[in-house]
Amino acid sequence: MKLTNLNLGLITLFSFATIIVSAQDGNLLDGVQIHGNFDLYAQQYNKDSIIGAPIVPEKSGVNAFTNLIATKGKFSAGVRLESYIPPVQGFDPRFGDETIGVPFRYASFKQDGLEITVGNFYEQFGNGMILRSYEERGLGLDNAFDGARVRYSPVKGLYVKGLIGNQRFYWQKSDGIVRAFDGEVQFNELISKWNESALRVSIGGSFVSKFQSGGTSSLDLPENVGGGAARFQMNYKDFSLMGEYAYKENDPTKSNHYIYKSGEGFFASATYSRRGFGINISAKSIDNMEFRSDREAGFNDLFINYLPALSRQHTYSLAATLYPYATQPNGEIGLQGDLIYKIKKGSKIGGKYGTTIQLNVSMINSHDREYYADQDPDAAVELLDQQVYITEDQSRKGYKANLFNIGNEVYYRDYNIEIDRKFNKKFKLKGTFAFQEYNIELIQNKASTNVLARIWVLEGLNKLSKKHSIRWEAQQLTTGQDQGDWVFGLIEYGYSPHWIVTVLNQYNYGNKNKDLRVNYPTAQVTYIHNANRLSLSYGRQRAGIFCVGGVCRNVPAANGITLAITSSF
Amino acid sequence: MKYILLSILLIGAINSGVKAQDSGRKIPAVEIKSLDSSPFNTGDIQNDGKPIIISFWATWCSPCKRELNTIAEDYIDWQDETGVKLIAISIDDARNMQKVKPYVDGQSWDYEVYLDPNADFKRAMNVNNVPHTFLIDGEGNIVWQHNSYQPGDEDELYELVEKLASGESIN
Repeated sequence: MKLTNLNLGLITLFSFATIIVSAQDGNLLDGVQIHGNFDLYAQQYNKDSIIGAPIVPEKSGVNAFTNLIATKGKFSAGVRLESYIPPVQGFDPRFGDETIGVPFRYASFKQDGLEITVGNFYEQFGNGMILRSYEERGLGLDNAFDGARVRYSPVKGLYVKGLIGNQRFYWQKSDGIVRAFDGEVQFNELISKWNESALRVSIGGSFVSKFQSGGTSSLDLPENVGGGAARFQMNYKDFSLMGEYAYKENDPTKSNHYIYKSGEGFFASATYSRRGFGINISAKSIDNMEFRSDREAGFNDLFINYLPALSRQHTYSLAATLYPYATQPNGEIGLQGDLIYKIKKGSKIGGKYGTTIQLNVSMINSHDREYYADQDPDAAVELLDQQVYITEDQSRKGYKANLFNIGNEVYYRDYNIEIDRKFNKKFKLKGTFAFQEYNIELIQNKASTNVLARIWVLEGLNKLSKKHSIRWEAQQLTTGQDQGDWVFGLIEYGYSPHWIVTVLNQYNYGNKNKDLRVNYPTAQVTYIHNANRLSLSYGRQRAGIFCVGGVCRNVPAANGITLAITSSF
Repeated sequence: MKYILLSILLIGAINSGVKAQDSGRKIPAVEIKSLDSSPFNTGDIQNDGKPIIISFWATWCSPCKRELNTIAEDYIDWQDETGVKLIAISIDDARNMQKVKPYVDGQSWDYEVYLDPNADFKRAMNVNNVPHTFLIDGEGNIVWQHNSYQPGDEDELYELVEKLASGESIN
């Protein structure tokens, strides 16, 4: 199934516009508003074998996106043009199957609590544990539905949604069809005498079913797979508590080695916060919860649900892109605590402007599983891989697991602290320390013991005058495993509101292989005018992992010029 | 390359065509969430005829936090002098959504904060990336927008807020 081409997309847009316009009396174009955005990312590649930059025959790559949305009153319609000539390195080459096209177009209508969308759309039920479609352009991820959706609120406090569609698969659509329903009750809105209550309670439930033909497989594959989730949220003054439980019927897939086992998972989170203080504790456990609209799909393709990583999303380069955790949807159990405390301004320790301290701890482990096939999990997985029926496992369920049985294998640890202090009107300083343990064999498929990394970061901001400022970062990562030690330095000069000039370098000084002790210098100039931003950089890009949410993309090493333009209108 | 040029031209054409009607563009009505997870319709955003700042941010976005923490220091003065209201829209998804309220309270922000976990409002407002700041006049029209943040940008923003508050046009 091929998606619409450019012409069809444009025809769609103009037909939508015609529908919108002709539905109204009077001057046809009165009140129709068209707005949108534009996003271009282009790279030029030089040969650089020492950093392992892949050789790109075209010597360049361009990803470009334009969204156009037309609205008038209750109607709205939109298209997105995407162009890959060819895709930027690190994005799936399948994006290059078309140089330009319209993978996203929709029309929608909204009135009296009813909203109908036909075409492409994004949706999320609860926390997304059973259903979430979304676009993360920087990751090359777009699992938008193409079909129809209805959202309806018959009375205040009651919300229902229903949808049907196929999911986007690069320039194609999934074979599988997804049908889903969600309902939510907000008791404080529904029951008028609870309107002003300090206790706020809501519950919700979802049902999702996918259909995919069994094909010619020798296995007897279930064609319809159902799943569901139930959730609640309550808030009382400064406290809040939420939880969601999700379940999926047996769904043999390539990723779970075609086992006929159901999947389940839960997420629970408690928060307390008041002025100057906040704490959040979250727990998550998932087993065999990978839910895709195609049982053969791999990578980040065709996910119906969303299982984010239960860990801190770091922002400093060395902490964020070398050893970031990625969710293991086939099974993991984790706990995270996050605390923020602002030492009062004017106090002895807090200083004139106050000092903010943030603490974060996350711990993620395997489940303790009992394999039917064999006591040795590796051997069991190997047998499952070969699709062998094992006498002890006639039902082919693979293993037994309990969401609360913590296994011995450490997947991830992150203990980090961040202290942020403004000394005076001209100077701010932020210090960060993180200790990470990272199961590199599991997450990056590199044979190694767990990576133990210590990361130090110091960031300063010097405001030179009203419009001029200098921001700098000094980072160090030390580890005895993988690529060894790194340092990173950055200086950024800002001239508000239009110019930013950045110079940075990273140096892998501790690499055991002396030939790989390489510098990665980069210089960048950015120009900003209102909602238009243009940046041009030149230098070496280190291979790393770029993540948003729990989802990551490998960014290969590169040497060359990068141009990025974004604009909103 | 031909297509890129074409799209740039197309956008340029639309861009210049749209500028004339920009002053009439209202905030789109999208269902997002309050910090207590109850639904909130962005069509209900209003400030009794005074200016509104809408700022898209995320707990993982350092420049966003720099911007909002900087404005927070002067926010009382801004409100006293112009009646402006700042609405902070967090685009944190399910991974970090639960950390938004502790962060907001921990930093003692006095903003109205909402959650846009699946980027519905972000898309409707055509935001590419955060931080992205909009300025809304007393009649509810989107009159200015700005992408990214660096120290000093808050002064430009406040000058525009003052103009709006005193009834001047900023286009």
